[in-house]
Amino acid sequence: MDQIIGNIGLLFEFPVVNLKILLDGIMIGALFALAAYGLALVWGVMNVKNLAQGDFVIAGGYVAWTLDQNGIHPFLGIPVAFIVMWIIGWITYKLVIKRVIERDLFTSLLATFGLAIMFAQILNLMFGSDTQSIQLDMPTLYFADGFIDVPMSKLVGVVTALCLAFGVILFMKRSRMGQAIRATAQDARAARVLGIDTDKVYAFTFSLNSAICGAAGAIIVMAWVIQPFYGITYSIRAFVIVTAAGLGNLPGVIAAGLGIGALEQYGSHIFGIGYQQAIAVLLLLLVLFIRLLQQRRKRQVLQ
Amino acid sequence: MTILRPIFYLALLAFIVAAPFIAPEFRTQLATLWIFIILSMTWDMTGGQMGYNSLGNILFYGAGMYIAAVVGIAIVYNVGEYTNAAGGGIYKFTDTQYFLGMALGLVAAGVLCAGIAWILGYLLFGLRGPYFAIGTLGAAIAAGELVSNWEWVGGGQGIALPVYPGDDYENAKLFFYYLFAIVGVILFIFLRWFYSTRFAAAINAIRDDEEKAEAMGLHTLRYKLITWSIAAFFVGIAGGISGYQLIHFEPLETAFQTINLGIFMVVCVLLGGKGTLWGPIIGAILFHVVKEVTWNYLLGWQWVALGALIVITVVYFQDGLMGWLARVKPEWFGERVMEKPDMVAEPAE
Repeated sequence: MDQIIGNIGLLFEFPVVNLKILLDGIMIGALFALAAYGLALVWGVMNVKNLAQGDFVIAGGYVAWTLDQNGIHPFLGIPVAFIVMWIIGWITYKLVIKRVIERDLFTSLLATFGLAIMFAQILNLMFGSDTQSIQLDMPTLYFADGFIDVPMSKLVGVVTALCLAFGVILFMKRSRMGQAIRATAQDARAARVLGIDTDKVYAFTFSLNSAICGAAGAIIVMAWVIQPFYGITYSIRAFVIVTAAGLGNLPGVIAAGLGIGALEQYGSHIFGIGYQQAIAVLLLLLVLFIRLLQQRRKRQVLQ
Repeated sequence: MTILRPIFYLALLAFIVAAPFIAPEFRTQLATLWIFIILSMTWDMTGGQMGYNSLGNILFYGAGMYIAAVVGIAIVYNVGEYTNAAGGGIYKFTDTQYFLGMALGLVAAGVLCAGIAWILGYLLFGLRGPYFAIGTLGAAIAAGELVSNWEWVGGGQGIALPVYPGDDYENAKLFFYYLFAIVGVILFIFLRWFYSTRFAAAINAIRDDEEKAEAMGLHTLRYKLITWSIAAFFVGIAGGISGYQLIHFEPLETAFQTINLGIFMVVCVLLGGKGTLWGPIIGAILFHVVKEVTWNYLLGWQWVALGALIVITVVYFQDGLMGWLARVKPEWFGERVMEKPDMVAEPAE
């Protein structure tokens, strides 16, 4: 208890610490937002809640890590992870997701939970259960008398994530396929009537989501760490963000992603690093509860 | 039929009593099978009968384990000191202390888990469908993470309980088998009665259409809370027993094992058939047998196979065995087979 109070006191004694925590949180939050954007895309277009989201992220990370082990520069790992995860996402869609789209939501939730367990275990068998990361030869920037340290690798990662997000948004807005995806999200039946091959759109959307996650994972492995069983917490974070922001609300997803990142950093600063996973999950309960109270005021329920 | 039924149940009871002697080398396996049966049946109370698919019922299993262990230790020693020593030999329990501690622990586990379910349900039952599943999953994961940071109950190390008195370990196996069997049989008898009451009709109404049920004047929240609390009561006791059976347990992999047992119980119910009395039992037996038979031959890939089993069950076989039977043999379930009106409209040969 004393330690917690001490940690809170530290925040007031050295205000610059706040800035460091915020910066750390925002940087990892940008990647949470990327995974959450993919989740919101799949959720909105196909009405599938993908609990294997985090495992796609981790799998993408391992693709980049494997390349790095074989002497290929990690920046090349990002596009390779994008393509590999695109293919894996497409196979997953054809084998499993295709058959749960028309079913009730619990079915898709449970099926993707099964997929998540499979992915985590396969990764565990292939790469072992140690935490892995790629060491980049990049300097660390220091600000405010060395109180704030920003590794260049994280900064580069965040910028890459931003470029990727921008590219995907532009694609959704401008391209013909993006238009078809948005049309299907609005009304799948009408889209079919108008000659859009919705099955193709679904396959494309799911593969795109998995590819985005893969690229996010390839960025995460450069500046943070991955481990086969970290997937579920990334899935839960994505759920927290989408639940908090709502579907089809891009600025909301970004804001919620950055916010979650910052809150988690604050939480683990105050309570200790052991609580980091617990904080991510407790935030989910908190968000669900707040949404519930909002709905209750309108005499409605969250469904 | 009326004469056959008591004979069937008596034969079943005799088999349950005799099972550990028929297959003495499988006593621990049979006890584990009872855990699966109890957890599946209780999951079906909310998942199958009430339409609230919880992914976090494992919370009560873990909580029951911890509560029973802490109570069992606390009647003799200081819990904080005991867990600090991590069961390091200096703590002796007499037979009376052991059994009294276990009995009190199990009662406390059941009652407190029911209480936890009541409070948690009060917070979470506004969530419907997938949100409820995610919310309960989150609650279970959070509970595991918090307990593993709680030094008073041993933190990530978990708790080492005293071993069963006496030197013959077979006695302990038998004792725990029968303890699980008693809980399971009581649960079965209770559910057989419970599903025939008006109360069960009300929870079925909640499953079918909650808004209409509410409009009919049912106080839905109260029904949901009571049902979940009863389920949690039995899960808590089962968790408490398995804590004593395992002797040593730790929070994330044994007690709050969200992605193992927590999801297995759902798969058991889906395999057997949701919303039926026998479905969860049959599903649990099927699942456990498949798991144990294939386990040894897969060399590390067993978890992948299990994930695949979950996916296949959910995607291709969600009605389960009972649902499939009900479709091909509706007359076995008391439905009169008759030609449906839309079948008549089919073109004649």
